[in-house]
Amino acid sequence: MARQMTGARMVVQALKDHGVDTVFGYPGGAVLPIYDEIFQQNDIQHILVRHEQGAVHAAEGYARSTGKPGVVLVTSGPGATNAVTGLADALLDSIPIVVLTGQVPTFMIGSDAFQEADTVGITRPCTKHNWLVKDTDALPATLHEAFHVATSGRPGPVLIDIPKDVQFANGSYTPPTKATQHRYQPQVKGDMETIKELVEAMETAKKPIFYTGGGVINSGPAASQLLRELVEATGFPITSTLMGLGAYPGSGDKWLGMLGMHGLYEANMAMHGCDLMINIGARFDDRITGRIDAFSPNSRKAHIDIDPSSINKVIHVDIPIVGDVAHVLEDMLKVWKARGRKTNSEAVAKWWKQIEEWRAVNCLTYKGSDSVIKPQYALQRLQALTKDHDRYITTEVGQHQMWAAQYLHFEDPNRWMTSGGLGTMGYGFPASIGVQMAHRDALVINVAGEASWLMNMQEMGTAMQFNLPVKQFILNNERLGMVRQWQQLLHGERYSQSWSEALPDFVKLAEAFGAKGIICKDPADLDDAIMEMINYDGPVIFDCLVEKHENCFPMIPSGEPHNKMLLGDASTKDAIKEGGAVLV
Amino acid sequence: MNALHIKKGSNKHSAYNLRPNFSDQVETHTLAVLVDNEAGVLARVIGLFSGRGYNIESLTVAEVDHLGHLSRITIVTRGTPQVIEQIKAQLGRIVPVHQVHDLTVEGPSVERELALLKVASGGDKRVEALRLADIFRANVVDSTLDSFVFEITGAPDKIDAFADLMRPLGLIEMARTGVAALSRGAEA
Ligand SMILES: Cc1cc2nc3c(=O)[nH]c(=O)nc-3n(C[C@H](O)[C@H](O)[C@H](O)COP(=O)(O)OP(=O)(O)OC[C@H]3O[C@@H](n4cnc5c(N)ncnc54)[C@H](O)[C@@H]3O)c2cc1C
Ligand SMILES: Cc1ncc(C[n+]2csc(CCOP(=O)(O)OP(=O)(O)O)c2C)c(N)n1
Repeated sequence: MARQMTGARMVVQALKDHGVDTVFGYPGGAVLPIYDEIFQQNDIQHILVRHEQGAVHAAEGYARSTGKPGVVLVTSGPGATNAVTGLADALLDSIPIVVLTGQVPTFMIGSDAFQEADTVGITRPCTKHNWLVKDTDALPATLHEAFHVATSGRPGPVLIDIPKDVQFANGSYTPPTKATQHRYQPQVKGDMETIKELVEAMETAKKPIFYTGGGVINSGPAASQLLRELVEATGFPITSTLMGLGAYPGSGDKWLGMLGMHGLYEANMAMHGCDLMINIGARFDDRITGRIDAFSPNSRKAHIDIDPSSINKVIHVDIPIVGDVAHVLEDMLKVWKARGRKTNSEAVAKWWKQIEEWRAVNCLTYKGSDSVIKPQYALQRLQALTKDHDRYITTEVGQHQMWAAQYLHFEDPNRWMTSGGLGTMGYGFPASIGVQMAHRDALVINVAGEASWLMNMQEMGTAMQFNLPVKQFILNNERLGMVRQWQQLLHGERYSQSWSEALPDFVKLAEAFGAKGIICKDPADLDDAIMEMINYDGPVIFDCLVEKHENCFPMIPSGEPHNKMLLGDASTKDAIKEGGAVLV
Repeated sequence: MNALHIKKGSNKHSAYNLRPNFSDQVETHTLAVLVDNEAGVLARVIGLFSGRGYNIESLTVAEVDHLGHLSRITIVTRGTPQVIEQIKAQLGRIVPVHQVHDLTVEGPSVERELALLKVASGGDKRVEALRLADIFRANVVDSTLDSFVFEITGAPDKIDAFADLMRPLGLIEMARTGVAALSRGAEA
């Protein structure tokens, strides 16, 4: 079983043994032995990015759209530090990625050697776990443990720092086995007594709501399937966080839309007024809770989460269940069916009537225009013209991201890749590259703001080199729109540094890379332009010139509870209290 | 352009009214954390406390199982019950952490700390220091004509009390180990 080989070869062998087909990376002195091994094989394709941050976001896109871990290979020092933003991003959004970094030889560590950085020290707080491997014989077990830790329990990024002498030296390699007992063993089965308590609460609830999150996506397709079954069987309304979109279909009639700061009126009002809140794989993020002491004041709260630290971190819950979503939902359904499939259907029907009234507010209406493209309109047309495609959406960060969450609909999990927790501008473009690598024939669109997009625009080179027909749909308002909106609402319209000045000509920019550029500024031309983008076989930069000062609504102002939602420009007068302004 | 009718001008913003008001009492807990004795494990634990803004009142760490490469970290921390629960859950997430015990709630436990105190004085003060050391069962581990170094073991408040008494008697330097703690009884 055990075979002698160099550390560098072990790395490539372990990647193959863990089913890795794609690595995103950038070479440098401290990883040359591994690059030499990559050169001498054909099973793993290496995607050469143009910046290490791009490699990590691409790996995140790959991971989120496949459910498999994304893999990154970068050099020591600046290679590793460039990867840090991506690691922090993946940690907050629970994305499984394995990052391999080169390091100066063991005997030079600590000597301020060329391109030396304390990579494990720098990345400790932004990885789920990391390792510095000082001995080639310890490398195989570390590689196997890394894949295990990244993908089990609450997924997350891990990093292995491999000194160059460890890559060169020989050692014995043992492949991973199913039997290997790893020390890290999170609990996946929920406690049956508590599950029973939750089912009992569901049987009598008058105003129940499912509040679902990224944990359902993390748990895998079976979890989404079980969730759908549970929602249909009980008839309870369901809302989701930004991270959980697609777990339940956007076209489903129990769907209330996204909740939270820029969530839908009906979703937030239902969260505020419910008597039983069933949180499935969401983490009571501050974009959701608003003011904590006024958060859903009259409900019993249940929380299903694989990470015990997520439970009671922000909101005290009455029915805590530690476990994996799919496992717990399966048990819940079993218990609920065995007890006779009961719900308080009369009360729930009344609840739905109330919800319909909230729905009738039509919180996503906006003032249309014949002369200028409204960003909401652009997304409605994008939805209409792409919904029947095998479609994946990534986003950058800002207003466009929120509008995308509101106006695009997701029928399936793993189709929506966005930076939620860290909110990293520059995420979307490289993420779209990672998604397209995993789904070569799919339509992959990055909904972007012009400012975010410029943060990692160098990846145009990657898209061209690897023939990745990613569509960059830029809602160009020539503003750092989300920042400008906050300045308008909170800082007396003093638009400090929130203008996107000196923008490039995006069509020429596309052409400079050998890609296609499209510009559109007339609503009448929009459909044709979008069709042209879809039908073009290759990367496209779509410069969609939109209304410059459109605001994103609904909006729960910072420091306010759910029922204090702003629905449009007229409602914003004096809406934001002094205290709310210190929050982000 | 001011379609939103928002008052122009600057506001003074205060964050105080936004703090969640935890009415809960702050408690002191002693946690025993069993970890793999590997590089960086202490940095992980300390980084968790500093990164998330938790308190460390006392911290001790040493290998306790040489063959199993296990170390025991004893941490005395303060926080509301909710924060203490978070600390334990967060510690439990660290990959090389095997067990987290909250000795404060898991039944009776013994806590001991060792301290060395240098007391420099003469005349009556010197005599009084020696007399009090005897009452506290502190040992003299070094002495010159003008000074003693006392060694004292006990619960942290016993050491506090001894140090308070020594202060007017010429205490000039002190070293404390931090708390080591075990649950009482036959069970591990
Ligand atoms: C500009 C901007 C505005 C935003 N506005 C909003 C908004 O209006 N609404 C909104 O919803 N979000 C918004 N967000 C995103 C927000 O910041 C958070 O990222 C998001 O709400 C968190 O989603 P989540 O609760 O689903 O948690 P995630 O970050 O997806 O965490 C998943 C949770 O599930 C658990 N989990 C993981 N795997 C499993 C498993 N297998 N089984 C069980 N549990 C598991 C994890 O432990 C964790 O607690 C915004 C972000 C930005 C950048
Ligand atoms: C790396 C990074 N820097 C700063 C921010 C703060 N920020 C959030 S949204 C935003 C503006 C985004 O502008 P744009 O990409 O044009 O999108 P829009 O809001 O206009 O749709 C900024 C600067 C961030 N989220 N990420």
